[in-house]
Amino acid sequence: MFSIASPSGAFRPFFRLSSLCGVSLFLMCTMATAAPKVEDFSTGTRDPFVAEINQRLTQHWQDNEVTPSDIADDEEWLRRVYLDLTGRIPSADAVREFLDKKGEAPSRTEVIERLLNSNEYVENWTTVWTNLSIGRQTPQRVSRRGMEKFWREAFARNRPWNEVVTDLILAEGHFEENGAVNYLLAQMTMRDEQVLLTAKTAKLFLGQQLQCVQCHNHPFNQWKQEQFWQFNSFFRQIDKIDHRKTDPNTGRRVDDYSEIVRREFSGPVHFDRRDGLKQVAYPIFDGQTVDPQAETDRREELTKLLKSGERPAIASAMVNRMWSHFFGYGFVNPVDDIGPHNPSAMPELFQRMTDEFIKNNYDVKKLMSWIVNSKAYNLTSRFNAGNEFDDPAAGETPLFSKMYLKSLEAEQLYDSLLVATRADAAGRADYQEMQNRREQWLRQFIIEFGNDEGTEATTFNGTIPQALMLMNGQLVRNALSLEGDSFLQQLRQNTNMKSIDKINEIYLTTLSRYPTPRERNALNQLFRASSEEAAMQDLMWALLNSNEFITNH
Amino acid sequence: MNLPFPTGMNRRHFLRHLATSAATVPALQFMSHLETHAAEVKSNQKSCILMWMSGGPPTIDIWDLKPNSTNGGEFKPISTAGDFQITEALPETAKIMNNLSIVRSMSTREADHDRGRYYLHTSFVPNPTVTHPPFGSVVSKEIGERRQDLSIPSFVAVGGSPGSPGYLGMSNAPFIVDSNGRIQNANMEGMSPEQMQSRLAMLKTVETQFIGSNRGKMPQDHQDIYRKALTLLYSDQMTAFEVAQEPEEVQEAYGRNNFGRGLLLARRLAECGVPFIEVDMGGWDLHQDVFNQLRTDRLPTMDKAMSALVKDLTDRGMLDNTVLVWMGEFGRTPRINQNTGRDHWARSWSTVIGGGGLKGGIAVGETDSEGIEVVSDKTYQPGDIWATVAHAMGIPVDREYRSANGRPMKMVNAGAPIADLI
Repeated sequence: MFSIASPSGAFRPFFRLSSLCGVSLFLMCTMATAAPKVEDFSTGTRDPFVAEINQRLTQHWQDNEVTPSDIADDEEWLRRVYLDLTGRIPSADAVREFLDKKGEAPSRTEVIERLLNSNEYVENWTTVWTNLSIGRQTPQRVSRRGMEKFWREAFARNRPWNEVVTDLILAEGHFEENGAVNYLLAQMTMRDEQVLLTAKTAKLFLGQQLQCVQCHNHPFNQWKQEQFWQFNSFFRQIDKIDHRKTDPNTGRRVDDYSEIVRREFSGPVHFDRRDGLKQVAYPIFDGQTVDPQAETDRREELTKLLKSGERPAIASAMVNRMWSHFFGYGFVNPVDDIGPHNPSAMPELFQRMTDEFIKNNYDVKKLMSWIVNSKAYNLTSRFNAGNEFDDPAAGETPLFSKMYLKSLEAEQLYDSLLVATRADAAGRADYQEMQNRREQWLRQFIIEFGNDEGTEATTFNGTIPQALMLMNGQLVRNALSLEGDSFLQQLRQNTNMKSIDKINEIYLTTLSRYPTPRERNALNQLFRASSEEAAMQDLMWALLNSNEFITNH
Repeated sequence: MNLPFPTGMNRRHFLRHLATSAATVPALQFMSHLETHAAEVKSNQKSCILMWMSGGPPTIDIWDLKPNSTNGGEFKPISTAGDFQITEALPETAKIMNNLSIVRSMSTREADHDRGRYYLHTSFVPNPTVTHPPFGSVVSKEIGERRQDLSIPSFVAVGGSPGSPGYLGMSNAPFIVDSNGRIQNANMEGMSPEQMQSRLAMLKTVETQFIGSNRGKMPQDHQDIYRKALTLLYSDQMTAFEVAQEPEEVQEAYGRNNFGRGLLLARRLAECGVPFIEVDMGGWDLHQDVFNQLRTDRLPTMDKAMSALVKDLTDRGMLDNTVLVWMGEFGRTPRINQNTGRDHWARSWSTVIGGGGLKGGIAVGETDSEGIEVVSDKTYQPGDIWATVAHAMGIPVDREYRSANGRPMKMVNAGAPIADLI
């Protein structure tokens, strides 16, 4: 047992201890408050389009008479950009490196560049897009590994987005050999004449909601029932085949693999109108008619049409989705309901960014880089008197005058817990084993649901099971473990570190910051009341269970 | 509910620990309203128990037999305490059917498992633009929020997967436990009260600081959920989950299987004031060998549990306050297939409803002699069943909510209570 407090004063030893070990808490606090003014701020990027974005943002804030929040402290920003780009919090080492201004701390834009080129970036976006394209719960006869392989390659090579979308729509073959087919397979579980696939493709890649117009004309948006079926008719030349094999042990037939094959189809599709009459629809997209003969490869024609025109919907849909990923809200919300019926926040910026995205050959990394280098992304999540009203959660159109809080996704929490407890250190388990464990853990939060869009609910956010998991689940118990070479055990046994260093280390590894003066009083009590190892466990528990840990802020 | 607490500690035990150790103030504040809760029998409060027959039960073999048709199958009808006949394979249930009514004119259009489950739970057909709440979430919102002294979530699902609360928000999500009443991660073994207290004290410091940092509502919401979770963990009401505390003969009467234990658990939860409990019984997707499976397994299990529940509720004076609903996602084909099974059928099938002051012992609606078409004037949809339940529970049926994208959503899809039953 040790004591932080000296008889003469509770706070003083903190400063003394910390300055002894070369990391001055006092200095940290000073630096944190010295964030630059919004007007002068730059991440250090030289990209001229970021300057344009910033100029438009400034104008937008002025026009709306809103005072943007201050620039976020480095520790606040670093944690955010790690979570948003790599799906996990930064390691204590990464935080220390960035906050240590005396050394060669990298600029924000350098950090961004590094993250965009990391393995974790590829893994994170693979997870995000695998979930978007086949759901968290893998449907029957779909290969999650295959889908992940496709996305991993797409993000590792930073493939142009229009090519990615084309590959998914044109996919054919074995579900592990050509991972792209899993997107199609996942929407074809029901033999429904590709109704789901039609709706999902419009939603995910065009940012448009067509589900309602399957049955009736949309009361708000411009789509008509006939157009749904016209779009649908592009997807009617595909079929899936489920292959089975014989299990040598039992002699029974079991699932083997599934594939997407081409199917003969020509002429119109038929549908029932609301008034009971039958109607036909030919392959027409965006006013362009495609020859309905059998010889036409309709999907091929569709992918050409999707890329044509002045501002293709696949570009604006991606821009809106990415903006929403980083801010919690898109220019248009919901993120996949774009159209004249649904006004956009900052419509000019939305258009400009879409045009630049197209001009830069649908470069996804560049798109993300623009967003995270922008002023808006670098603001603190604390509001001020002049922007408290900027609250999209209350139904206001977002002004992006501060960072909005986001709850960690289940995957982000899992991966962050691994970072915080160093459980992801190399050599612990092979990659596939790690993936399996993660999926098994995630499964406890998925409510089996399977409605026709594969939308899923999780019991993850803001629920008692989530709280119980963090208070008492195996993962957190492991995090607090003092056995073997666990994080806390190593920390405990490190004789080179003083207690204050250990406390700092626990803060850095969980909340990516140093303790505040206000917390020191509580830390004193905590460490006075019990043994060092018990206090370390209690502190780790409290930080992992805090609202600050579970939010991306 | 003064049942013994075999392992761990109960709320009083915990609070006593807190009170006798030093520096208890922050932890106590964190869990401030714990003290005010007292576990009492809430038998005068309305509850609903949904018996969910997952897979789609062949109601033509259970509630609406067609003995003179080639579709009739192997079961004979027997008379009941109600004004109708049911299958001979439910002899005990037959004796209590004066309390329950059959709606024989269900006609729903979804014959896919997932879609049917969604439709029957929510009253809406699936629509990807919006997630509709299951009726349990509606009850949680309308009634649960007013039961201030209830520590248990208002919508408990015993097994199964009722779905997401959709636009009613996660505070009205189903709380899922298994039929033994086990809650994941609720076993606090290895964490002493002193330890818990010191952790909560530290947590409170960090949380309060973040709440005070001008970042909107989310940080406070988090603390509220933790308060709820802790309140539950250390509540005497946790004993309601301990089915094994019931006398042997009671457990025996319900049946020592998942469904029997599930219904017994449901009764204990209803008694504690939980307004909506869903109990899942699976294994109804009988595409093959339907009659043997019904005779030897499904129906005996159901007979025992369902009759025991009704008797138990009657004995305890709770039946008039407890609405019972029995349903699956659809019925099964009148035609018997080549594998002596029945396939999915949504056009004409039956549900059972009663208790909670609803009229028992009658059959509403009628199907033709082959079981294929509803021949009575009116067919019923899920919304009508739930509107009837809402009526019995005192929830205004004309409630309207708003979906996330701002569309007005009528509760139970504008269904209307079934007049014959009220």
